[in-house]
Amino acid sequence: MPRAATLLRLAALALLVAFLVTPQSFAPLFAPLTQYGAPPIYDQGNLLTLALAQLGTVCIAAAASTVVAVGLGIIVTRESGAQFLPLSRTLVNIGQTFPPVAVLAVAVPLVGFGEKPTLIALFAYGLLPIFENTLVGLRTCPAAVLEAASGMGMSAPQRLLSVELPLAMPLILEGMRLSLVINVGTATIGSTVAAKGLGEVIIAGLLSSNTAFILQGGILTGLMAVLLYDALAAIERRLLRSVSMD
Amino acid sequence: MISVENLSKIYGTTTVVDGVSLAIKRNSITAIVGTSGSGKSTLLRMINRLVEPSSGRVLIDGQDTRAEPAYLLRRRIGYVIQGHGLFPHRTVAENIATVPRLLKWEAPRIAARVRELLEVFQLEPARYADALPHQLSGGEQQRVGVARALAAEPGVLLMDEPFGALDPIIRDKAQEDLLAIQRRFGTTVVVVTHDMEEAFRLADHVAVMSAGKLLQYDRPAVLLRRPADAFVSRLTGLADRAIRLLSLVTAGEAALPGTTDGPTVAASVSLREALSELLWCGAQSARVVDADGAVRGQLTVEAILARGRP
Amino acid sequence: MSAAVFAGARPLWAGVRRVDPLGAVLVATGSAALLLLPFVVFKANRIVPGNARALSEVLPAWQTLGCDAALLLAAVAALWIPAARLRLALALVAVGAVALAAGAAGDALTPPGDAVVRIAPGGAFWVLMVCLGLLATDATTRLRPGPGLRVLFLIATLAAAGLAISYGLFDHLSVMREYAVNAARFAREVRQHLKLAFGSLGAALVVGLPLGVLCHRVPALRPGILGTLNVIQTIPAIALFGILMAPLGALAAALPLADRLGIRGIGAAPAVVALFLYSLLPIVANTVAGLKRVSRAAVEAAHGMGMTDWQVLTSVELWLALPVILTGIRVVLVQNIGMVTVAALIGGGGLGAFVFQGIGQTAIDLVLLGAIPIVTLAFSAALTLDALVESLDRVRAEGR
Repeated sequence: MPRAATLLRLAALALLVAFLVTPQSFAPLFAPLTQYGAPPIYDQGNLLTLALAQLGTVCIAAAASTVVAVGLGIIVTRESGAQFLPLSRTLVNIGQTFPPVAVLAVAVPLVGFGEKPTLIALFAYGLLPIFENTLVGLRTCPAAVLEAASGMGMSAPQRLLSVELPLAMPLILEGMRLSLVINVGTATIGSTVAAKGLGEVIIAGLLSSNTAFILQGGILTGLMAVLLYDALAAIERRLLRSVSMD
Repeated sequence: MISVENLSKIYGTTTVVDGVSLAIKRNSITAIVGTSGSGKSTLLRMINRLVEPSSGRVLIDGQDTRAEPAYLLRRRIGYVIQGHGLFPHRTVAENIATVPRLLKWEAPRIAARVRELLEVFQLEPARYADALPHQLSGGEQQRVGVARALAAEPGVLLMDEPFGALDPIIRDKAQEDLLAIQRRFGTTVVVVTHDMEEAFRLADHVAVMSAGKLLQYDRPAVLLRRPADAFVSRLTGLADRAIRLLSLVTAGEAALPGTTDGPTVAASVSLREALSELLWCGAQSARVVDADGAVRGQLTVEAILARGRP
Repeated sequence: MSAAVFAGARPLWAGVRRVDPLGAVLVATGSAALLLLPFVVFKANRIVPGNARALSEVLPAWQTLGCDAALLLAAVAALWIPAARLRLALALVAVGAVALAAGAAGDALTPPGDAVVRIAPGGAFWVLMVCLGLLATDATTRLRPGPGLRVLFLIATLAAAGLAISYGLFDHLSVMREYAVNAARFAREVRQHLKLAFGSLGAALVVGLPLGVLCHRVPALRPGILGTLNVIQTIPAIALFGILMAPLGALAAALPLADRLGIRGIGAAPAVVALFLYSLLPIVANTVAGLKRVSRAAVEAAHGMGMTDWQVLTSVELWLALPVILTGIRVVLVQNIGMVTVAALIGGGGLGAFVFQGIGQTAIDLVLLGAIPIVTLAFSAALTLDALVESLDRVRAEGR
């Protein structure tokens, strides 16, 4: 069973890479979907460049939201920030009811079209899962372990860096995975506000009724999202194995 | 030498520890006993400043504990808690090396110390050094917890209900190990427990606390013979105090000159066990022998019973 | 000052010496915004960039002072008053004052009979609203209202906003201008939005509940079904919409009946199917989790009393699993309300139509006309279902 899953993953990765590097070799597959001699493969930009641009946007936004969300999570779990905790939990709950598209749409008026609104929307929406998981991770550190750490003479930063954060790491990673996957999807929609990405292909297809474009854009983003999700889950499992609790 | 001077802790309007003073001798084991909520844990935690005192002070070897930042103080004091508190993401060796690393010992010295401690605690280094805490049994985890607390050769070891989570047989062994290790390293041990049996077995001195106040601080035998008040006598076990007195003295200490052809008891067992053996055999006297088999003297039932009187 | 201040043991002045840190952050942010950002923006038409106007330039002195006084009171509450009720009350009063001021500014700046100029709330307005909202949220969190009270609070807030809108208090603000132009279409798109969100939820329930029960009864099926649904969840909505268009289009071409029923490559059909697929995972996973939580003893007792398999399932197992299943429904509903927005891209309609149309025309007000109701809908759905789950749990706890 795990063997089959690995093979499936490798096949998906191979398909993704092959499509991005030599898209024209897939032209015969998509040709039946086009009408009136429309191009079967997206020709207004390089698919590889678009995919990398989208991945770049997603990763930059995820890095920024990780830094901020983990930082906030640390602040509100310290004694001095404890009174911000109930509010921040409520905000996380409220924040999750905001659809990512709405965040994107509201960001446009603030910063104009292009990569910026997408980055902002991805950043803002990516905060929530990471923040929530950081909170859970830091708050569920066993009390005895924390007490032992202080009792042995770790200063507060030492305790945070060498005990609390490592113990919370699997959950923080899970939050990052959730937000990355949501972000790949939102970044696709970002193409409606002129961000570079594979969404461009889908939207071009929608505008020119070219099913081939829609399909290849959809398949490529889907593959990218699934592989990203899978790769992060694998890293998480590996970490979890070394941090497994009794 | 730890001297606790007029120490109090007040949370809001509740006084948890109320003006406690006691002097703990170097190289001794002191037990702090009391019911839950008596303030015994808070008292212990004020020694390493996990709880900051509201008033009063603590001196260790004449130096005020507030003279340095709390976390530096704690690196010189071993600390063991119930449920061990091992770091689940670190191996046994890394757990033990925690404080030496904080103190920036050199790597070879840390490695040697970890090895020594693993051996002292009968944890085969090849098998245990790289194991993760969750792979150990409860008793092994507890031993690693104590080894970790002793890693940086602290002069003082504080223990908060250290054996509370262990089953009776493992607890018995853990107590025996603690006595052996205390003799070996000469550490000053302060242990909080609600188990009187444990306190009497381990401690040279026992401090009895109730409602934040120190009721009595003395040798176990004095506690039994001359309890300060009704609470102390109830806590130390009014009904079987005579038997408890017997458990404080070993057969070797009580042996009289001469010999007898009755049953044999080891010099290390308590009079309580010696009496039990005599009752079991229906004999009036027993021979006391050393670990190497040499006769140390004899014990009679009357002599034992005399030790159980106030 | 109200009795709430004095209800506590400590007198009011005891709290004055200590400044509330959250309050300090909020007051600092709000004041900075008020000083640096425009309160309203005046635009000659809906596309051109506007110029900033401060409140005092626009409104008569007494109105400006009234708004400032409300803000000042809220600031005092935020900084020094620990009583949550009073904080909440003053924050809400300030929210009302700021909203009314914006509405009044719209009235004042619009020349009579002019339908071209746009007066939009500026940066200061939004920052103040966020700060006051945070203050109110913090106070509400500290009060820990029960589920019934929370729903009541939601209804009251929505009613107040609805009343203010229907009285025309905001008629000259840009978003309401867009609404006035699109009123008939707005109602249609809201209905379409709800139809898509609830329709796919209904379909997911019809399929997901039996699937969940099946997963519970036949553990061997569990990893396969849940794994597949998990993978579907990771496919971005727009991609799934696109992928579904091809087979549905082919179906419509092959079956004229399907076409007549509205099953086509473009439009609502791929959206509904995609949302349905997304909805399955939370429903199935929560059904399985809920059933797993049901104690074996209860099930055995039910069998022991002579209930049939079906009776045990419907009247014991599913009933006991209901709170967990409801939590799944909450996740799906909130998720659907958000995702339906994207359906507009493939001609599915819904409020997303305004959002994407607005993005296309760089008309921010049109974006907001779509986005504000979407957020309101999602938030109301989340709050209502949370309250439902909680009250259900409470009823259970009392029944025991």
